[in-house]
Amino acid sequence: MSAIVSPVRKPLITGSKSYHDITEDLVSPTEKTPNSLWVITFLMSISLLGFGLFCIAWTVWNGIGTWNLNRTIGWGWDITNFVWWIGIGHAGTLISAILLLFRQKWRTGVNRAAEAMTIFAVICAALFPGIHVGRAWVVFYFFPYPNTRGPLWVNFNSPLLWDLFAISTYFTVSLLFWYTGLVPDFATVRDRATGMRKSIYNFLSFGWTGSAKHWQRWESLSLVLAGLATPLVLSVHTIVSFDFATSVIPGWHTTIFPPYFVAGAIFSGFAMVLTLMIITRKVLGLEDYITIEHVESMNKVILVTGTMVGVAYLTELFIAWYSGYVYEQFAFFNRALGPYWWSYFGMMFCNVLSPQFFWSKKIRRSLTWTFFLSIVVNIGMWFERFVIIATTLARDYLPSSWSYYTPTWVEMGIYLGTIGLFFTLYLGFTRVAPVVAVAEVKSILKSSGDQYVGPNATHAKQHGAAVDNH
Amino acid sequence: MQKGHTEVLYGLYNDEEILLDAVRQAKKDHLDIMDVLTPFPIHGLDPILGLAESRLHQAGFVYGATGTCTAFLFMTWVFTRDWPIIFGGKPYWSVPAFIPITFELTVLFAAIGMVVTFYVICGLGPGVTNEVLDNRITDDKFCIAFQTNGYSDDQINNLKSFLSNTGAEEISTKVL
Repeated sequence: MSAIVSPVRKPLITGSKSYHDITEDLVSPTEKTPNSLWVITFLMSISLLGFGLFCIAWTVWNGIGTWNLNRTIGWGWDITNFVWWIGIGHAGTLISAILLLFRQKWRTGVNRAAEAMTIFAVICAALFPGIHVGRAWVVFYFFPYPNTRGPLWVNFNSPLLWDLFAISTYFTVSLLFWYTGLVPDFATVRDRATGMRKSIYNFLSFGWTGSAKHWQRWESLSLVLAGLATPLVLSVHTIVSFDFATSVIPGWHTTIFPPYFVAGAIFSGFAMVLTLMIITRKVLGLEDYITIEHVESMNKVILVTGTMVGVAYLTELFIAWYSGYVYEQFAFFNRALGPYWWSYFGMMFCNVLSPQFFWSKKIRRSLTWTFFLSIVVNIGMWFERFVIIATTLARDYLPSSWSYYTPTWVEMGIYLGTIGLFFTLYLGFTRVAPVVAVAEVKSILKSSGDQYVGPNATHAKQHGAAVDNH
Repeated sequence: MQKGHTEVLYGLYNDEEILLDAVRQAKKDHLDIMDVLTPFPIHGLDPILGLAESRLHQAGFVYGATGTCTAFLFMTWVFTRDWPIIFGGKPYWSVPAFIPITFELTVLFAAIGMVVTFYVICGLGPGVTNEVLDNRITDDKFCIAFQTNGYSDDQINNLKSFLSNTGAEEISTKVL
C-alpha cells in the first residue's frame, strides 16, 4: 500500500512474511494437535476450576458464613477479586479500541488475545457479585423486571446497580467487538479446512466472503464500536470506583477514585497481557508477529500508568493530611502503619517502585525482566484492592468493632477457581481461533513488515515513494 | 439472482496494488464489476470502485439515541410515577444519579443495533453459507469478479483479456 511511513518507524512484522506466510503462521496452531505442555497446563487449569466450583457450591450450600466476613468487614477477598479481574479486562478494550482510534499499528499483534482476555476476565469478575450476595438463586433480583412485588423496582440511584449495568454492557460490547473481528479470520480457517471442521468454521464465519462492500462496513463498524468502547471502558472502572467513592467511609469517600481506578485497571491489564503474550508467542512461535517492539510499547504504557497510580497514592496521603479531618487521617495512617502494613508496602513496592525499572530501555526490551515485572505488577494491583477494601473496613468508626480479617480456604479456593476458569478459557481460545488477528496483520504488512521498513528493507515502494530505502 | 444461476468470471491477483490498478482500468473501460473480494480491507478501493460511504454510523446514532431515551424515560417514569421513593433525601427526579445507567444503555443499544444491522444488510449471520469463488481469497489472493449471465462469447473474451492484461494470475469461471 502507498501509506506514508516514517523511515524511523520500526518494523512490527519480522521475517519477510508474505500474505500466505501470515495465514500459515497464525492459523496453523489451531490445526495441529496440542503439545504436551498445552495438555498439562489445560489439565491444571481445569483442576483449579473444578476446585473453585466445589468451593462455590460449598458457599451456596452452607451459606456465606463459610467466609470470614463479619461486621464490619462485609467485603473481603470477594470484592477484591472482582475489582482485580475487572481491572485486568480493561487492557483488552484499551488496546482494541483506544489504540485503534489513535491508529497505533502495533495493536494488531496483540488485540485479538487481549480482547479475549477482557472477555474471560469479565466472566471471572462477574462471578463474585453473584456469589457474595449469599443467596445466589435470587440473584435475578438485580435486574429491573416487572414483578409481583408492587412492582418494586431496583434502586436506580445505587452505584451497585450502575455497576451491574456497566459490567453487563461492557461484557456484551466486548464480545460483539471481538466476534466481529473474528469473523473474517474464521473464514480464513474455514477455507483451509475440510470435513467436519469446515462445517463448524462455516457456521462460525457467518458466510463471510471478503466482499469490498462488506469490508467497508466492517471497518466502519469497528471504528464506531471502538469509539463507543473507549468511553465505555473509562466508565466501567469509574463506576466500580463509585461503589466505594459514593459511600461515606473514610479512605473511600474521595473524588480521586475514578481516574485512579482507571489508571490502575489499565496498568494491571497490560501486565496481564504481557504475562500471557510472552508465554503465547513462545509456545505458538509467534515471535515474528509479537515482537520486542510490541513488548516495549506495552512496557511504556505500564510505566506511565504505574506512575499515575503512584501519584494517586501520594495525592491521597497528602489530601488526607491536608484535609485536617481526623477520621480520614486515621484511615491512611492505619493503611500504611496499621495491622495490614505489609499489604500497603507490598502495594507500594509492586505498583510504584517496580515499574520504574522500565525507564531503562534495556529492561523494557528484556523478556525475562518484563515477564517477572508483569507478575509483580499483578500481585501489586491485587494488594491495592485488598488495601482499599479490607484495611479500611477492619478499622471503622467504632473501636469496639475493630477486627482482623483473614480469608478461609473457601474464599481462597474460589479465587484459585477463577484463575483456573480464566486459563481454561484462554487455552481453549488458543486452540479454536487465531490468536493474532490475521486480516489485520495482513493490512499492516506493507507499512510495517521488515522487508518494507527498517534497516533490512529490500522492497522499494512502487507508489508514492514514501520510504527511501537506499 | 437465485442460487445456482449466477455465472461468474473472475481473476485472481497476487497483490493489492496490482488489483487497485486493475480496478482503475476497469472503471476507465466502463466494465461492470460484480464484486471485488479480498483477504483484508484495501484502503483506497472504495472510491475507485464507486462505493458510497457506509451509513452504518448514522444507524448507530439512532440506536444510541433510542437507548438514551429508553433508560432516561424509564427511570423517570419509575421514580416519579410508578413507585416514587426518596433515597438519601434527594428529589424523586434525581437526574445526576440517572446519568451512569443512561450512558451504559446508550452504548449497549448502539452496539447491539449496529452489529445486528451490519450482519443483516451484509446478508451474513449464523447458518449462512455463501459460495466461495476460491479458497485462497481469504488467504493471499485478490479477486475481481464479473457477472456474465447472457454475455456473448465476444464479451466474455473481452473480459478475459482485460483480466490477463491487468495482471491476473489465474482466470476461471464458476456458477454461484
